[in-house]
Amino acid sequence: MKRRIITPIAIVAASGLLLAGCSSSDDTDDAATGGSSGGGDGMPAGCEAYEVYGQHSGATLEVYSTIQNQEADDLVTSFEKFEECTGIDVEYVGSQEFETQINVRLEGGDAPDLAIIPQPGLLNRLIDTGNVVPAPAAVEANVDEFWSESWKQYGTKDGTFYAAPLMASVKGWVWYSPTEFAEKGYEVPTTWDDLIALTEQMAADNDNAQYRPWCIGFESGDATGWPGTDWIEDIVLRQAGPEAYDQWVAGELKFNSPEIIKAFDTFGEIAKNPAYVNGGFGGPESIVSTSFNDGGLPILDGNCSLHHQASFYEAQWPAGTDVSENGDVWAFITPKMSASDPDAVTGGGEFVAAFNDDPATAALQAFMSSDTWANERVSLGGVISANKGLDPNNASSAIGKASIEILQGEDTVFRFDASDLMPAAVGTASFWTGMNDWVTSNRDTAQTVEYIDSTWP
Amino acid sequence: MLIGEQFLAAANIAAKRSDFWPETGSKFGQAIVAIALFAAVVGLLMFLADKAPKRGRDFVQLTLFVAPALILLTVGLIWPAIQTVWQSINDNDGNFVGLDNYATIFTDPTMSRVVINTIVWVAIVPAMSTAVGLAYAVFIDKSKGEKVLKSLVFMPMAISFVGASIIWGFMYEYRAAGFPQIGFLNQLLVWLGGTPQQFTASAPMNTFYLIIIMVWIQTGFAMVVLSAAIKGVPAELIEAASLDGATAWGRFWNVTVPWIRGSLVVVVTTITIATLKVFDIVRTVTGGQFNTSVVANEMYSRAFRLGQPSLGAALAVLLFIMVIPIIIYNVRVLRRHREAH
Repeated sequence: MKRRIITPIAIVAASGLLLAGCSSSDDTDDAATGGSSGGGDGMPAGCEAYEVYGQHSGATLEVYSTIQNQEADDLVTSFEKFEECTGIDVEYVGSQEFETQINVRLEGGDAPDLAIIPQPGLLNRLIDTGNVVPAPAAVEANVDEFWSESWKQYGTKDGTFYAAPLMASVKGWVWYSPTEFAEKGYEVPTTWDDLIALTEQMAADNDNAQYRPWCIGFESGDATGWPGTDWIEDIVLRQAGPEAYDQWVAGELKFNSPEIIKAFDTFGEIAKNPAYVNGGFGGPESIVSTSFNDGGLPILDGNCSLHHQASFYEAQWPAGTDVSENGDVWAFITPKMSASDPDAVTGGGEFVAAFNDDPATAALQAFMSSDTWANERVSLGGVISANKGLDPNNASSAIGKASIEILQGEDTVFRFDASDLMPAAVGTASFWTGMNDWVTSNRDTAQTVEYIDSTWP
Repeated sequence: MLIGEQFLAAANIAAKRSDFWPETGSKFGQAIVAIALFAAVVGLLMFLADKAPKRGRDFVQLTLFVAPALILLTVGLIWPAIQTVWQSINDNDGNFVGLDNYATIFTDPTMSRVVINTIVWVAIVPAMSTAVGLAYAVFIDKSKGEKVLKSLVFMPMAISFVGASIIWGFMYEYRAAGFPQIGFLNQLLVWLGGTPQQFTASAPMNTFYLIIIMVWIQTGFAMVVLSAAIKGVPAELIEAASLDGATAWGRFWNVTVPWIRGSLVVVVTTITIATLKVFDIVRTVTGGQFNTSVVANEMYSRAFRLGQPSLGAALAVLLFIMVIPIIIYNVRVLRRHREAH
């Protein structure tokens, strides 16, 4: 009988001891960490520009975004000097599923310190969740100094400024091969009519069964269709003008209005003509199964001559491709409708949102909104920024330089990518699906615009 | 490939962190504390249960043993389920809307298409996987090289749904006629003199091509379970049937099938439930585009991508309701089967 009491008691006592031992070791752990972070020392050499960000030894920050591969490596490199000078350890995590996963992580209470958000619509939704903290004063001061008011507005909600712009891109470049143009005597078109005339001539000159003047790729996982929305946006901005564009974004101008239907018809002249698309892949129906990454590559094989894609496509060309005005590939801005129209471009950009107000987080956030970071990152190549403190000559290519000059220019009409600003149910769902159905002729133009309108919340 | 890359990236980050070991150490410490605490509490409870007064001891012991499981179930399953149901009858801003979200599911053309697709999946996958798996199990039973033949069909089970979907995505790759094909199936079509098909983009047949991926994976499962069951059929029974003049088909249909009925039900219901929940295949191959979305995929994209958590919750509840009758049937048949034997 006695033994039956002793055994359980012994177990309980032993567990208690174990428990006590472990918890005390935990305490020492904490003390050690506290000690090391307290012992801040002098700043390493060459850190003058970073002095404003202070010392945060031992701090580790997670930056989460969509950026991957080479661009991610460059992003990490752009933080190196900052890490060395401030003692902050920046961990970068890039995920192709960012736009979905960030919501999952926030719901699960596993927020990163900073997120680089690729579209204002998503930024607005994240702000609505209450997880995004307003931008610190240093960030706001940087944005007031280096960005135009319209860029700041994109990061502002209900009068509170949350997120500074980061990188930018100019959409609506038409990629082509200068070598081929020189060989065949083609000229870069300056109006939309010239562009159509050039397309017609290219189709007539062709003697290769796999060749079409244009190549287009819509495939992008569950975002399939977005490159098509870029086309429509470029055409609407140039054809109907910026005021109509803004109304369209706000939902005041329906898809079912003459301006937007006209834009679909204009795009259809190219995208739905089997004689004009889709070089190297098939006919118009193959557009939806061609990955946007591969979309322009047939230019290099001589299977197509023109490819409509944003400035980021510069990074998609294989290593060794000469991207220059007289090289293998180069690009011109989608032409305006008539020569007397003002220059107009659509574009994109990223915003940096913070999910806590730690001093280290604020320091990194301020750094990412500074001209120092913009020059540092742009010098590494591949990307551009609308930061006015950025020297265009730091751009890795003439396309980048031209894009920066467009973004910094005062008389250029600039509008943010419309689908990024529309409600998610349209901008990241039905507009994409609509483009897919339209280009594969599952829905005609009237049915497509009606369908997209019906999903507007 | 993607998943692998992400995993490697995560591992790299973990290893590069200067506080990796201290932090891991403290996590292990916490885990040990938790386990010790658990052992202590269980020990104490068992001890107390043992010391309970004779009257009502059974009741005390029963409560003590069942309570932890019940508490965990409540916190981890029942409470979230209630929350999900509640969310599904409210809109995204928390206003009560009754069954509006459910009405949307069945009236909105995009959403009702999702429900129809799920029904198509459930109608085809379990039947086809089980039929093919059973036929295969019967034909290779006691044949030479049975193990190798079994492994061949079972192997897809070892591949993740995402991996299988990527493989089949390449199989279905499309290039128009006259262009060099890179997808195997279209190349095959071209060799046979046909025209290449857009397998994943042309509704409604694309849902069927996605279903094939699931069947390819699940057939192995059906085959292995049914093959084991067939081996359990007593040889005397088959022999007796032959002596009575039963044909091979008669022996199979009237002896083997009734004998393995329990296993058949388990296989069909397990695959049905897996099919109802199918998500990975649709998401990997088409992302739910081209009218291929199913309930689980739509639930995910509504709740997390499109900012419509209420609609997502309604879809989750719908999925739950669809699974219930299958589970009830499964339990009832198993119970009857057990009583019969």
